[in-house]
Amino acid sequence: MTVTSRNPVHSVIFLIGCFFAIAGHYLLLNAQFLAVVHIIVYAGAIMVLFLFTLMMMNLNEASEGHKPALARISAVVSAGLLLFILIAALKKTEPFAPPLTIDHSIGLVKALGNTLLNEYLLPFEFVSILLLSSMVGAVLIAKRDKSPKPELE
Amino acid sequence: MNIFQEIPLHNYLFLSAILFCIGVFGVLLRRNAIIIFMSIELMFNAVNLLLVAFSTYYSDSGGQVFVFFIMAVAAAEVSVGLAILVTIYRNLHSVDIDELKSLKW
Repeated sequence: MTVTSRNPVHSVIFLIGCFFAIAGHYLLLNAQFLAVVHIIVYAGAIMVLFLFTLMMMNLNEASEGHKPALARISAVVSAGLLLFILIAALKKTEPFAPPLTIDHSIGLVKALGNTLLNEYLLPFEFVSILLLSSMVGAVLIAKRDKSPKPELE
Repeated sequence: MNIFQEIPLHNYLFLSAILFCIGVFGVLLRRNAIIIFMSIELMFNAVNLLLVAFSTYYSDSGGQVFVFFIMAVAAAEVSVGLAILVTIYRNLHSVDIDELKSLKW
């Protein structure tokens, strides 16, 4: 539905529903912290960003033409073949026996923070630098054509 | 209270394979660049779901830390990508990828 609906705003709404379903799966899998972070980051931040961009571009009518039929058919065929190969390969694997015991505490903030700040401290710092640079870059790119215009006049 | 006795791990493998293929299908099918970004998010989520499933299966919290990093990188990617799209829209008044063939206008 996210992919096929003609109206971009509808596909954003469907994508939010999909994200909530995935957050429910995280809860089922004992990843409580990740479920909360997923809802906040994806459904809260990223989707609001998409919606703002869509509204700013005024694309909320179905203004998009179709691709040529050959491109559409080849898209369907290639995606279907990829799905077929993945499913066939996964069918061949040995069935995973359910583990006897599951550590229920690994999804909690305490265990996750211990792992994050002990084993993965350096990637954590890199991620912070990456987020900072992407923030600066986004502001710079979005504001770029404000400054040359006064020089032209 | 073991989730993998109710839902085998294979079902998660199939679910994330299907989600990933829907994302690939969206990237190939659509012309609107914003929807292509959303399909990329769908593929990220398929991979995240698989990582969380395996980290719960092996009781290892390293996988969940990786999912955390992937979320941060996806947020950075989306912010920069949407900023580029806004710039493109200001110049071309369209986000149709078929009109972005030229490197210069």
